[in-house]
Amino acid sequence: MIQSKSLSARESQSERLSLAVRLRSDKFARWVFIILSIIPVVLALLIFGMLVFKSLPIMKVNSIWQLLTGQVWKPEEGLFGFWPFITGTIWVTLTALLIAVPPSLLTAIYLSEYAGRSLRTGMKPLLDLLAAIPSVVYGVWGTLAIVPFIQNKLGPFVRQHLPNIPILNSDNPTGFGILAGAIVLAIMITPFIIAILFEIMNNLPKGLKDASLALGTTKLQTIRWVVFPQALPGIIAAIGLGASRALGETMAVLMVVGNVARVPHSLLDAAYPLPALIANNYGEMMSIPLYDAALMTAALILLVIILLFNVTSTMALQSVLGKKGA
Amino acid sequence: MDAHIKIVDFHVRYGEHTVLEKINLEIPKHQITVIMGPSGCGKTTLLKGMNRFLELVEDAHVKGQVLIDGEDIYDPVMDVTEIRKKIGLLAQHPYPLPMPIYDNVAYGLRIHQMCKNGKEMDEQVRHFLQEAGLWEEVKDRLHKPASGLSIGQQQRLCLARGLAIKPEILLGDEPTSALDPISAQHIEKRLLSLKAEYTIVLVTHILRQAKRLADHVVFMYLGEMVECGPAREVFENPRQERTRAYLAGQF
Amino acid sequence: MKKRWAKRHIAEAIFRLIAHVSFVLVAGSLAVILWTIISKGFPAINWTMLTQAPKGGYYLGKEGGILNAILGSLYMAAGGTLLAFIIGLPIALYLETYLRNSPWARYVRLTLDVLWGIPSIVYGAFGFIFMLAIGMRASLLGGIIALTLLELPILTRAMDEVIRMLPRDLEQAALALGSTRLEVALRVVTRQMLPGIVTAILLAFGRGIGDAASVLFTAGYTDRIPTSLFRPAASLPLAIYFQLSMPYPEVQQRAYAAALILTVIVLITSLGSRWISSRLSKNVIQ
Repeated sequence: MIQSKSLSARESQSERLSLAVRLRSDKFARWVFIILSIIPVVLALLIFGMLVFKSLPIMKVNSIWQLLTGQVWKPEEGLFGFWPFITGTIWVTLTALLIAVPPSLLTAIYLSEYAGRSLRTGMKPLLDLLAAIPSVVYGVWGTLAIVPFIQNKLGPFVRQHLPNIPILNSDNPTGFGILAGAIVLAIMITPFIIAILFEIMNNLPKGLKDASLALGTTKLQTIRWVVFPQALPGIIAAIGLGASRALGETMAVLMVVGNVARVPHSLLDAAYPLPALIANNYGEMMSIPLYDAALMTAALILLVIILLFNVTSTMALQSVLGKKGA
Repeated sequence: MDAHIKIVDFHVRYGEHTVLEKINLEIPKHQITVIMGPSGCGKTTLLKGMNRFLELVEDAHVKGQVLIDGEDIYDPVMDVTEIRKKIGLLAQHPYPLPMPIYDNVAYGLRIHQMCKNGKEMDEQVRHFLQEAGLWEEVKDRLHKPASGLSIGQQQRLCLARGLAIKPEILLGDEPTSALDPISAQHIEKRLLSLKAEYTIVLVTHILRQAKRLADHVVFMYLGEMVECGPAREVFENPRQERTRAYLAGQF
Repeated sequence: MKKRWAKRHIAEAIFRLIAHVSFVLVAGSLAVILWTIISKGFPAINWTMLTQAPKGGYYLGKEGGILNAILGSLYMAAGGTLLAFIIGLPIALYLETYLRNSPWARYVRLTLDVLWGIPSIVYGAFGFIFMLAIGMRASLLGGIIALTLLELPILTRAMDEVIRMLPRDLEQAALALGSTRLEVALRVVTRQMLPGIVTAILLAFGRGIGDAASVLFTAGYTDRIPTSLFRPAASLPLAIYFQLSMPYPEVQQRAYAAALILTVIVLITSLGSRWISSRLSKNVIQ
C-alpha cells in the first residue's frame, strides 16, 4: 500500500500523542469503573443495614419471637404482633401459587410440546404485556371485576350451597379478601412463571424426548415419565421465583385484600399482608412511638423471606439451565 | 428378496428445501441393510422416515409411502405408537432415561403393558440386558441411576431398552460413532448376532463399518438413491459412477 | 397397527385439550384486563383530562384533569431511568471488559441479582429513611431517586446481558484496528449493542413509571403540575390509587383515565421495545 510520507509522519505523531492521552484516560476510567462497580454492593449493604438499624428500637423492647408470633397489633398501646400479617401474607401467596402454577405449567407444556411456531412467537409479546402491566392497574381491574364477582356471585353462592366447608366460611360480606388478592396476584405472576418454565422445557436435551417417543409412547406419556421428572428441579425453582415475586407485590393486593389485621381462617376473609401493612401506615409511623421501627421490622422480615426464596431459586435454576443448556 | 419394508416414491422437504427425492427401495427381512453416503445426503432423514420421526421436525413435509408388511405407515388411520413399537431406534448419542437401569429397560414394557407380573418383568429385563451384552456389568446395580454408566454401557442399555418392546425392525442412526472403539466393536458384534431375529437398517458414514456389517447396501447422494443391492455386488462391482467414486474415497 | 381408541390416546386427547384451554385462559386474561381498563378509561379521556391539573383543592376537586400526574410520572421515570443508565452502563461495561469471570465480577452480578429481587416497597421504605436522614422532604427528586434505585439493577442486568453477547471477534477486530480507526470500531460496537440497550432502557422506563410502592413514600403527592425538583410531585400510579377510592364519580373518572394512560404508556414501551429492537437488529451480527 502506497502512502505519502508526510501523511504517515503526521499520523504517527498524533498517534503518539493520543496514545499517551488514552493511556492516562484508560487508567482514570479504570478507577471510575472500580468505584462504580462497588455501588451495587454498597447499596445492598446499605439497604439491609438501614433496615436493621431502624428496626433495633423495637427489638430492644420485644424479642423476635414475641414480634413474630404476637397476635395483637395495637400500635397505640405499644402492641406489635406480626402474626396476623405473616399469616395473611402466607395465605394470599400460597393461594395465588395454587391458582397460578397448574395453568402456567399446562400452558408452558402446551407451548413447548403442542403449539406450532407461530403460536410460540405470538405468545412472547403477549406474556411481555401481561408482565408489564403495572401493579396498580391490576388493582383497578381487581376492584372492578373480581371484588364485585366475589361479593355478588361467589360469596352468596358459597353461603347458600357450600356452608359446611370451613375454608370457605367467612363473616366478611365484602368481596375484598384473600381470594380476590390471590386471583389478581396469580394472574400477575403467571407470565413470569410461564416464561421460566418454557425456557426450562426448551432446554431439555432433545434426544431424551426422542428416546422415549421411539419406544412408542404418546406425547403425554413422554411428558409424564420423562419431561416432567427431568424438568422437576427447574419447575420447583420457577415456583420459588414466582413466590418471591408474589410476596413482594404491594399495590394490587393492597387494593383488594381488605386490609384487616386478623389471622385468616377462610379464603373469603379479609387479610393484611406485610407489604400492605407498610404501604398503608407509613404516613402515621412518625406519630406513634416505635411504629416506624415496627414497620421497618416488617420490611426487614419481608426482605429476608423474599431474598431466601429468590437466591435459592435462582441458584437452582442456574444449575438446571446451565447443566442442560446446549 | 423377502422385503420387510418397501419405500415407494418417498419425498421429503424441510420447508422449501428438498431433502429426499423420489426414493424407491426395498429393505430385505432378517438382513443388515446399510444406508451409506457422504454427509448431507439425506440418509438420516430416510431412516427417520421409517418410524415416522419426521413428524417431530417442524416444517417437514412428507409424500409417498412406507409399507411395512404391506401396510403404509403414513396412512392416517395408523396408530403411530404401535408403529414405533414395531420399530426400534438406536440413536447416535445414547440418551438413558432419567431413571434407574432396571426402569430404563422396563420402560417400554410398562408403557405397552407387556408383562403380567413383577416376576415376568424381572425375567424380561434380565433377558434383554443379556441380549445387549450388558447384564454381567449391571446385574448388581440394577436400581442405580442409568446416568452412572459409561457411554458404551449406555448405548448397550439403549439397545436393551429398544429390544425389550420386541420390535421387528431395528433402526440405527450411526449407533457407534459416539463410542470408543471397544464399545463400538461390542455393539457391532451384537448387531450381527441380532439379524437372525430382526431386520436391521443402519446409517453410517464409515465405509469400513458398512463393509463389515452390511448384507444389503443402499448408496445415497444428495437426496437421491443412487444404487442399492446385495453388499458384495455393490462393493465389488458398483454399477454407478458416483458409487465407484464414493467407494474410492473421493468424497 | 390401525388406530384403536386406546386408553392412552384418549388420555392424551384430554390432556391436550386441557393444556389448550389453559393457554387460551392465559391469553384471554390479557384481553379481559385490557378490555376493562379501556372500557372504563376511554370515556373518561378528554382534552381537559389530559391538559389540566385537578382543580378545587386537595384532590376532592371535581374539575380539571390529571396533567399533574402525567407530567410527574414522565419526569420521575425519565429522571430515574437516566440516572440508572448513567450509573449502570459503566458498571455493565466494567463487568464485561475488565472483569470477565473473575470472582469480583461474580459477586457484583450476584449482588445485582439480589437487588433485582428486592420488592419496590422496600426501596420505597429505604428511600424514605434515607431522605429523613439527610433532611429531604417528599419531592420529585425523592421519587427520581427511588426509581433510580429500583431501575438500576434491572437496567444493569439487562445491559450486562447485551454486552456479554457481543461476539468476541468483533471486539478483537476493533482492538486490532489500532488507534486511528478507533472511532470506526466504536461505531461498529455501538451499533451492535444498540438494540439491546434501547430495549433495556424502554423496559426499565416502563417498569419505573408504573411503580407505586417506591414513590409512595418518596415523591409525595400534589395537585400541582411539577415545577421544582424539591416539591412533592404527583404520579400516575398514585393518582389512580388515591382517586379510585374517593366517593366522587368525577374523581374516580380521573382514576380510570389515569389507569388507561398508564397502561397505554406501558404498552407502548413494551411493544415498542420489541419493534425497535427488531428494526435495529437488521445491522446486528448474530
